[in-house]
Amino acid sequence: MPDAARQSAPRILDAADAIREGTAQAMRADERVFVMGEGATDPKGVFGTTTGLVQEFGTDRVMEMPVAENGWTGVAIGAALCGQRPILVHQRVEFSLLAMEQLVNNAAKIHYVSGGRHRAPLVVRLVVGRGWGQGPAHSQSLEALFAHIPGLKVAMPSSAADAKGLLLGAVQDDGPVILIEHRWVHYARGHVDPEPIAMPLDGPRQLRSGDDCTVVSTSYMTLEALQAADALAAAGCNVDLFDLRVLRPLKLDAIVASVRRTGRLVTVDTGHATYGIGAEIVARVTAEAFSSLRAAPQRIGLPEHPTPSARTLAEAYYPRSPKIVATIGDVVGMPKAAIDEIVHRLAAERDAVPLDIPHPSFKGPF
Amino acid sequence: MTDTTTTTLSVVTDEPTRLELFRSMLRIRRIEEEIARRYGEQRMRCPVHLSVGQEAAAVGTCSALRPTDQIVSTHRCHGHYLAKGGDLRAMIAELYGKATGCCGGRGGSMHLFDPAAGVLASVPIVGSNVPIGVGAALTAKQRRRPDVAVAFFGDGAFEEGVVHEAANFAGCHRLPMIFVLENNLYSVYTPVDQRQPARAGEQPMAGFAQTHGLAAEHADGNDVVAVHEAMGRAVVRARRGDGPSLLVVDTYRFLEHCGASDDDHLGYRPVGELATWRDRCPVAGTRAALRDAGLLDVATELAMESAIVREIDEAFAAADAAPYPAAHTAMEAVHA
Ligand SMILES: Cc1ncc(C[n+]2csc(CCOP(=O)(O)OP(=O)(O)O)c2C)c(N)n1
Ligand SMILES: [Mg+2]
Repeated sequence: MPDAARQSAPRILDAADAIREGTAQAMRADERVFVMGEGATDPKGVFGTTTGLVQEFGTDRVMEMPVAENGWTGVAIGAALCGQRPILVHQRVEFSLLAMEQLVNNAAKIHYVSGGRHRAPLVVRLVVGRGWGQGPAHSQSLEALFAHIPGLKVAMPSSAADAKGLLLGAVQDDGPVILIEHRWVHYARGHVDPEPIAMPLDGPRQLRSGDDCTVVSTSYMTLEALQAADALAAAGCNVDLFDLRVLRPLKLDAIVASVRRTGRLVTVDTGHATYGIGAEIVARVTAEAFSSLRAAPQRIGLPEHPTPSARTLAEAYYPRSPKIVATIGDVVGMPKAAIDEIVHRLAAERDAVPLDIPHPSFKGPF
Repeated sequence: MTDTTTTTLSVVTDEPTRLELFRSMLRIRRIEEEIARRYGEQRMRCPVHLSVGQEAAAVGTCSALRPTDQIVSTHRCHGHYLAKGGDLRAMIAELYGKATGCCGGRGGSMHLFDPAAGVLASVPIVGSNVPIGVGAALTAKQRRRPDVAVAFFGDGAFEEGVVHEAANFAGCHRLPMIFVLENNLYSVYTPVDQRQPARAGEQPMAGFAQTHGLAAEHADGNDVVAVHEAMGRAVVRARRGDGPSLLVVDTYRFLEHCGASDDDHLGYRPVGELATWRDRCPVAGTRAALRDAGLLDVATELAMESAIVREIDEAFAAADAAPYPAAHTAMEAVHA
């Protein structure tokens, strides 16, 4: 399709469909690519991200797994060393904790230890759960654990286009890539290129522009940050909003340049604030643009306790757009009444529907 | 009652016990049916993994235990918790996310526990509970308590490395530990034959016992008396210091893996399989056996039913009336 035609007729998919399409295209293009996962061939197909693949590619290439995560992760690494390109999928981040040993000790290091002779081209898809009282062991956003490890690459899409593009970029990468999909981002809808176009794993995307503050978000929190940014813009406060997309390698040039201009930084990520992604960004930006800062950088993240199941506790647990507005408003020195006005309006909109399911306005298309 | 004095390991089930096994199964069935009936109201806002069809496994095993014996359960913990004497009100309140729940609403349906009843913990990460149970058995041995510990796990958990590591440990140290493997043929929607190799022999999972130095028991998991007696033998061995056992029970889940509905339309079960197992319903089967033996008349069962229904209604009403946990309590108990 010529570019013009493509633009005139957007092709709207949700991120789950986009992932499935990207996976199928990668498998068609390269017979070394195969999928491993508990439920990869079952009727639900990992939230629709693998449905139909086994029908097209067979059980040799879309492999149902025993409940034995560290084992099959090691098997995948071995196959990758021998030239295969496995895509592993876990229905929750927590299940991959059992495979941390293989990922951290072997996948992340074997290229380095072998002086560059071994390659472990492996994509590990992890899903962050949220909502419906899933509680402490089915909702953790542990990207900081993975991003801490040299040798792993870590990416988090926040849109349907990125979900496909980053997956394809990860499949092409010659090393291990952890792709962390927020369960609520699976519902994000938007234009997705029908072609298999791999996106390089090389850094943030700017989604909004403004001189008042620099905002860096990840994954699902990008959708919350967009809502906050637009509400603030309507009140005359304009922010540079960056969706980080790739957590490791961390490329902050554009963000540092932005902070040099705005003098202000707010980070919004899906993990715990302490030792989190925001902490790393604040540290680096502060070191590089210290003299430009006009206010103390602020981090928005999860509080310092596990995810409770009960809705009253979970509602207070997750930061949403009103909190982002309040934080940015404070950092830029907006009058309190102006901040409160936006915060109350957004909060009322959000409280009108249950908070433990994705808000309808967050499905896009974006 | 289980005879724990005998040195031969014959365990027999007397008539009052058989009646009590039936009542306990019926109670669990009615409780989970009520959860299923009300789940659509969307006020129990947490995932639920019902054990409808698997009641004999929970009741047959837990009925051979004492309150001081510890069990550890899984995501599918309702039946184990109730059979072991876990508090019904605290369970229902937990499903409603209320402050009066056994976890104060923090855990939801997959984290049930009740220290007074010896329900040490339920853990929703597959296989993760099993070494915790071995830790309870180790404590009993170290503190010279006459208690046993029991870990429930499924055919899926059987595949986890940690389960084998835990069994090796228990075997090595001759702990008073019983591993109860509930083989319901599936992990979520995936049948066991897609996840495990075909193994020779009538008891394909019994090799686990041999490998790890456990005594092996097997029972029809839908025959509550058979489960009770096999468990009784394992308990006798554990209490007298003869070490750990594996008890494999074959059973079947009637409803969907997670949630409260039928799921036969998904097509992952072979046609007719569900119907075959429903014909072997543990509750109906036990009822029929008791009737045939003249141990259960209609009036007795009706009395049981109405007591159960009253208890259930009270538990749901109490959960309904209870407060939600206050947001400001969320930071409590992060550190000990
Ligand atoms: C380590 C881990 N991997 C995967 C899952 C997802 N999961 C939840 S329940 C379940 C099925 C386990 O099957 P089985 O042990 O047979 O128990 P059943 O559901 O049949 O009672 C799976 C795979 C999990 N909770 N933990
Ligand atoms: Mg099972």
